[in-house]
Amino acid sequence: MKITQSACIAAVAALGAVALAGCGSDNNTTSSTSSTSGTTSSAGSSSSSGSDTGTAAADCPSGTLNAEGSSAQKNAFEEVVAAYNEKCPDLTVNYNPSGSGTGVKQFNAGLVDFAGSDSALKTEEKDGVIEVDAAKKRCGSDAWNLPMVVGPISVAYNLPGVDKVVLTPALLSGIFQGEITTWNDAKIAAANPGVTLPGTAIKPFFRSDESGTTDNFTKYLKAAGGDAWKADPGKVWTGKGEGKEKSSGVADAVKSTEGGVTYVEWSYAKDNGLSMAQIDNGSGAVELTADSVGKFIAAAQADGQGNDLRLKLDYATKEAGAYPIGLVTYEIVCSKNSDAAKQAAIKSFLGFFAQGDTQKSLEDLGYAPLPADLQTKVAAAVAALS
Amino acid sequence: MSPPTSGPAVAGPSFPGDPVTGELASSAPGPFGPGAEGGRRGQGRLGDRLFGGAALGSGLTVVLLVTLIGVFLVSQALPALARNQANFFTSTEWVVSGDSPRFGIARLLWVTVLSSLMALAIAVPLGMAVALFLTQYAPRWLARPAAGAVDLLAAVPSIVFGLWGLRVLGPLTGGTQDFLRDHLGFIPLFSAGSVSSTTTIFLAGIVLAIMILPIITALSRDVFNQTPTTHKEAALALGATRWEMIRTAVLPFGKPGVISASMLGLGRALGETVAVMMLVSSLPAGSAWSWSLFGGGETFASKIALGAGEFDTPEKTGAYIAAGLVLFVLTFIVNAIARVVIERRKAFTE
Repeated sequence: MKITQSACIAAVAALGAVALAGCGSDNNTTSSTSSTSGTTSSAGSSSSSGSDTGTAAADCPSGTLNAEGSSAQKNAFEEVVAAYNEKCPDLTVNYNPSGSGTGVKQFNAGLVDFAGSDSALKTEEKDGVIEVDAAKKRCGSDAWNLPMVVGPISVAYNLPGVDKVVLTPALLSGIFQGEITTWNDAKIAAANPGVTLPGTAIKPFFRSDESGTTDNFTKYLKAAGGDAWKADPGKVWTGKGEGKEKSSGVADAVKSTEGGVTYVEWSYAKDNGLSMAQIDNGSGAVELTADSVGKFIAAAQADGQGNDLRLKLDYATKEAGAYPIGLVTYEIVCSKNSDAAKQAAIKSFLGFFAQGDTQKSLEDLGYAPLPADLQTKVAAAVAALS
Repeated sequence: MSPPTSGPAVAGPSFPGDPVTGELASSAPGPFGPGAEGGRRGQGRLGDRLFGGAALGSGLTVVLLVTLIGVFLVSQALPALARNQANFFTSTEWVVSGDSPRFGIARLLWVTVLSSLMALAIAVPLGMAVALFLTQYAPRWLARPAAGAVDLLAAVPSIVFGLWGLRVLGPLTGGTQDFLRDHLGFIPLFSAGSVSSTTTIFLAGIVLAIMILPIITALSRDVFNQTPTTHKEAALALGATRWEMIRTAVLPFGKPGVISASMLGLGRALGETVAVMMLVSSLPAGSAWSWSLFGGGETFASKIALGAGEFDTPEKTGAYIAAGLVLFVLTFIVNAIARVVIERRKAFTE
């Protein structure tokens, strides 16, 4: 009884396995043939659809693009992907905001189609790798750094009744190194004539996780403040204060703490309704606006050759009306790609990204549009991808 | 686990002549006994073997899993530890990138242990009190829903506890913290810290206590419920008040269970990540050492979670994994101590 039962089960199982295997192999063959036909005929089908629906579909590739890197541009990227898919629904663009370093690594390993990074590919050796060379090897051609997203960093504070505070790099260094401890300190008062500052204790907050924002902010302090900022710039905070997790943590802490001050991406300061300090680099106080950040980016020197648009940000800029604290996120792409379909997709997507309208739409999210001059250059570089 | 084993152990010798136990004992071997009929016997053996094998397999899997985790942690941590320029156990630095990393776990260990012990100090008496109320004092119509409510607390995600601690409890306990600091500040534990009062280890301790309260309450409740009625009635018959009955009958019977409940709670408190990360402010590098409850810092788990976004080199990852290894060992030691204590207690009660 027992034996016949189990034999029966075994028979059924065996039958099932055979049947499943049959299905599996069927599926495999069909899918493999269809996929090969897909790739071979993709050029044909896209050209035919182009003749069907005119110009719009001609620059609408299909397929999937995978990108990875900086979390600073995550919101901008997602917004642009959504807008792009309204126009071209057939191209899926995935972005994994795992951090600039990881993005570059994945790109150089050939695992993603392009990378987003808060710093251009490094030309000097780090951990035994020269990023520029590794990227060149991966692409078989030069890799280009295309500045795409501008993220201003605000100095947000919480002082009820004080809407305007002007801070200089030296004052910021003093505050974030614990040397200036009250808001009505004589040094702050000297930079803010006519403003009544309370005697509230200053409570600086910093990012307790490693962060590109910390990196850029300390780079600014080091470059603009001269000797005032003592530590070397880096992703790990080296000043004083209280550490909070991520941008949301520091913004939240300032919001709930009177006398609190922090450095945080513009969007977080805006969303939390925090007051933002004006920055005086030596040529007058400048408020953080899309225009003032644009002037800062426009004042940056081109540091690369031809279409490699790496920038050298001048944090100590004395340019009138330029807000000097911000970061630029680059999209890092292969200038030439053996996979023509892939490159066409990248070109189409980044071309859309670099458009003036797209850039303008990012302002609501707390990013600044690329200044017009640079935007034209980026668009030209994207058009030159092949 | 221990309550069921210790239960009969206590009850057994006290009432050897109990007719119910006797009958159960004699009838228990029946189905598996030698007198059973052939076919049933074979099936019983097959089932026995299958079940025995499955149980053995599960047991081995757990042991294997823990061993493999240990091996993984050690293998990942060793290269980073070999490059470490500072003393891993006494340093408070945490510089993990670059050519000469310097990192140590002193601060992490202290914050972890301090916050967890504080949580335990609050949650164990409170949890026992709740369990005693639910099992000994509360009328039946209240006991059920109240027990359910406590269990529900265990279902709240830790990030919600974190938010609640930050927004609600922090501002509420600020005054208490200031009071303790002002009046007991001469004790290092209560000396002034460098972070604002809404983000201290003290606050994290309270939130952790609430998080482990359900575990401790639920397990204690089950143990207290199992106190033999005869024990309780004997105590009452000898003229004990209700509190004396609890002290002489319920508490001694439940002690091993309460201890293992506390250790489970401690395990959770030691490893809690998100809530602690949200609540406690980090200290900047180079801060002076402080014993205070009103200071900031990171626990092992929250440090690893904070760093996890930027694990870009194996050496860096290794440093964090080394910290994780210490937490692993710490939990292991705590559980081992708990085992020893429970075994001792059992020996006493028997």
